[in-house]
Amino acid sequence: MALCGLKACPFFPTKKMEQPELPGLLVNEVGRAYGVLEAHVDFLKKHFHLITMKEFLENKTYFSRKIKAIYLWWHRPVVDRELLQNLPNLKVIANSGVGMDNLDLKLVSGFGVKMANSPHAVSSSTADTGMTLLLASARRIVEASQIAVSPDIECFPGNWMGEEVTGATLGIIGMGNIGYKVALRANAFEMKILYHNRKEEEQAVGAIYCKKIENLLQQSDFVMLVVSLTPETHKLIGKRELELMKPTATLINICRGRIVDQDALVEALQTGVIKAAALDVTYPEPLPRDHPLLKLNNVIITPHLGIKTHKTTRMITEEAVANILAALNGLPMCSEVFPN
Amino acid sequence: MGEQELPGVLILEIGGECGVLESHVAFLRKHFSLITMKEFLQNKEKWSEKTESIFVFERRPVIDRELLESLPNLKVIGNSGVGVNHLDLKLISSFGVKVTNTPHAVSDSTADIGMALMLASARRLVEGYHIAVSPDTKDFAVDWLGVEVTRATLGIIGMGSIGYKVAKRAKAFDMKILYHNRSQRKEKEEQAVGAVYCKKIEDLLQQSDFVMLVVNLTPETHKLIGKRELEFMKPTATLINICRGAVVDQDALVEALQNGVIRAAALDVTYPEPLPRDHPLLKLKNVTLTPHIGTATVKALRMMTEEAVDNILAVLQDLPVPSEVIPK
Repeated sequence: MALCGLKACPFFPTKKMEQPELPGLLVNEVGRAYGVLEAHVDFLKKHFHLITMKEFLENKTYFSRKIKAIYLWWHRPVVDRELLQNLPNLKVIANSGVGMDNLDLKLVSGFGVKMANSPHAVSSSTADTGMTLLLASARRIVEASQIAVSPDIECFPGNWMGEEVTGATLGIIGMGNIGYKVALRANAFEMKILYHNRKEEEQAVGAIYCKKIENLLQQSDFVMLVVSLTPETHKLIGKRELELMKPTATLINICRGRIVDQDALVEALQTGVIKAAALDVTYPEPLPRDHPLLKLNNVIITPHLGIKTHKTTRMITEEAVANILAALNGLPMCSEVFPN
Repeated sequence: MGEQELPGVLILEIGGECGVLESHVAFLRKHFSLITMKEFLQNKEKWSEKTESIFVFERRPVIDRELLESLPNLKVIGNSGVGVNHLDLKLISSFGVKVTNTPHAVSDSTADIGMALMLASARRLVEGYHIAVSPDTKDFAVDWLGVEVTRATLGIIGMGSIGYKVAKRAKAFDMKILYHNRSQRKEKEEQAVGAVYCKKIEDLLQQSDFVMLVVNLTPETHKLIGKRELEFMKPTATLINICRGAVVDQDALVEALQNGVIRAAALDVTYPEPLPRDHPLLKLKNVTLTPHIGTATVKALRMMTEEAVDNILAVLQDLPVPSEVIPK
């Protein structure tokens, strides 16, 4: 069985493909900030002829016909009309992770190219990130660790307190796969769980549906954002929403920076409209070094931890490879994404 | 109330680093006449007869023979917190004084800290934060990764109230749960959290990705985790300590962390607290340290004071005492 849990995926072969030449797979680069992981290269090379953007751009004529697939990691390489026009044999683009907001789905589809994401691998790891940030923010872990190693400390401060997580109210905005896994985890902390979603979901976790986002915002001690970025969710959380939140509440964002109006958030944090924020995602990433969010002491920012574990990243690549091989062999993909 | 005079309770002080929280004073004054150590020392004659109880908060005031000898009417020492290793139980008992603790108030917040530290360490939260805000950061490296918590194996050493609550939380992360304890829990309790008993600590150590220490400090658990135990652990494993620093052989831990015998450690407790500023644990990159914040929440601290007061009053009123600690 594949690590990603797909039971009957014929395109996770254990032996080398019999074709004389492996299909060309375009990737941005290897390692650094926007490349596929070094640790995955051997696995990719088992199934594909790996071509980096640099190699491609240096010799377009040679490589353009060989490239049958693109594997995106952290939204790179950027897929635009020009690139698509230069890849006449491109059949499929596999996006790592679940968010497809980086791709113009209609444009790609218009070139007859299929698309896939990797939803199975992503949800647990991202839900874990959400809980990590919730607990870290509530219990002031970052600040605490600085106190623990501070050269000035003589005795631990007695009057220093965080906020209880057990029994608090968590409002989850977005009850998809990831949101549901967050709810399962929060439930074990005896949290009261509210959720807001496009539609009410049948849940076995005792979460209460809030048709109006205002109801969720007004009652929550922790508000966690777990939605896809779409035109509807862009700046979903702005000045108005922040003002509806309790002044003792914490905002946690583990989906996309642009779901939040960042300027409104800065102001809300500076003026005590909300108590704190924990952001795994921002816009852009990283933030400019002079951005006010970096200086506020009621904010923790993390470098898009989301799925950054050895195990999950491996599962994502395996899922992507399975999807690509399916497409190249004219078979249905497990996680095909269609333009709406 | 109706009493002319409330029973006297001795405390270290109000506010400051180790004093009783200002916000709890009104509640304490409903039930007691508060006597600070300063007042007591300035006028021992006046206060010594009136002091029937002591409320120990953040291990203060220190209870020694001299203090016990000067309090002829002392009936009970109510400790805030569950650990009483800072109290000489035999000595106190020899004066006919009872000791109580607050096991119920601490369990949720301590279990929460255990989970917080496990997740923070696994996902490299503190390191990640520093990268995210560092003036030198230009972009985020793709190869910078943590380890998975979901479906990993958690070994809980000490399955009392707090350990069991940790198990309940960890189960929701689909973790495989092993536990080692003086005695095995009932089958129903094990099944509720999917925990598997390891009679031998070695079995737990060899299989766990995360080892969490949740025991009382006693002569038996002192340096429970030493060089041998650390070597049994996987080189990819993380040690999490939320009970007492002295349960771990700290020098052995430093060496194990320096040599990659284990991957990392997350410690809410050390010996001493705080550690000397030149201690190697402060400098190791694979250590997450927090300053004993296991019960540092508004709610937990309040509940601890309330539970301590309940216990003290029960002793003074000759009623069944909810959480008396009996010396062995």
